[in-house]
Amino acid sequence: MARKKNRMSQEVNAGSMADIAFLLLIFFLVTTTIASDKGITTILPPKQDPNVPPPDIKKNERNIFKILINSNDQLLVEDDFRDNSEGLDQEVKEFVLNFGNPDQENMDLFNSLPPSLKGEAGRSPESSDHPNEAVVSIKTNRGTSYELYLEVLDLVKKAYFEIYAERVGLTADEYRALSSRSAAEKELMERGKENIPMAISIAEPDKTGE
Amino acid sequence: MAKFKKKTKTEESIPTSALPDIIFMLLFFFMVTTVLREQELLVEQKLPQASQLQKLEKKSLISYLYVGKPKNPSMYGSEPRIQANDALITTNDILLWVNQEKDNLSEAERDQIYISLKADRDVKMGPIADIQLELREADARKILYASVGKTTAE
Repeated sequence: MARKKNRMSQEVNAGSMADIAFLLLIFFLVTTTIASDKGITTILPPKQDPNVPPPDIKKNERNIFKILINSNDQLLVEDDFRDNSEGLDQEVKEFVLNFGNPDQENMDLFNSLPPSLKGEAGRSPESSDHPNEAVVSIKTNRGTSYELYLEVLDLVKKAYFEIYAERVGLTADEYRALSSRSAAEKELMERGKENIPMAISIAEPDKTGE
Repeated sequence: MAKFKKKTKTEESIPTSALPDIIFMLLFFFMVTTVLREQELLVEQKLPQASQLQKLEKKSLISYLYVGKPKNPSMYGSEPRIQANDALITTNDILLWVNQEKDNLSEAERDQIYISLKADRDVKMGPIADIQLELREADARKILYASVGKTTAE
């Protein structure tokens, strides 16, 4: 049996161990994706009792901002045809803040708004009476793509959030980031929403054209 | 002056033999705290883009429904399907599933349950509407349309 050579050093060189560990560490840092729970929130209407007919709500045509989307992803906004959703947020904003025929209470609301929002008020008799009456209605078809539906819903929400944010002097991004955990932020949130309800009605889709 | 002569006997290099251990400790910390996706996705997921994103404050209240085309069309067909937990379900099962998810929450939190609808952008509104109808039936009315932030600047 040949004797082992003793000239080599017996110790394993561990100097590069740190480098290997660093490499692994960086690999994990890079590949880790933090799951995000972000999205657009809505609240569905309560379930309907089949024995009770749906309430017959009388609402003036002018107080409803109608958005229809068909199965070819074309839009019909307030009876106008268009094939993209550009500029919809501004139109919704003008619709909500129209103040066509406000009562005393809503006149006070109008007077409390910052000047930039007052400027949006078109006072048109064809559009909404006041924000408490205004409803944005989105009706889709079963063949409408989910992507476009969400895009439209996103724009409508954007219009409302911009109004809320402007009332409390924030940007829309800052307003949405407010959390109800701290009292001061909650108060800001409430003040933004006060008397301007986010009334988005999502109608059940048509059955045709799937 | 000879009195203040520096002692040269002290070793000048810092021992670095413990460095790998420290790095390994960091490595283990990251490996342990990283939460991998709890479930395998059986449907395609390309979330739509939106700008008005909101973050939910309590993660424990969220239950996830995945909607999209099955990844394995030979087994499940090419029509969009719903995935809850680990299995593909039909719209009729949603009621049961919601009740199971509600049972996992404490009594006080049950009606605050949020359903995160992770739907693929190619899904049509038909299946989405069916799901929403079932969720209304199950009285889980808070919905989060999961989406990713828009990259284009406004």
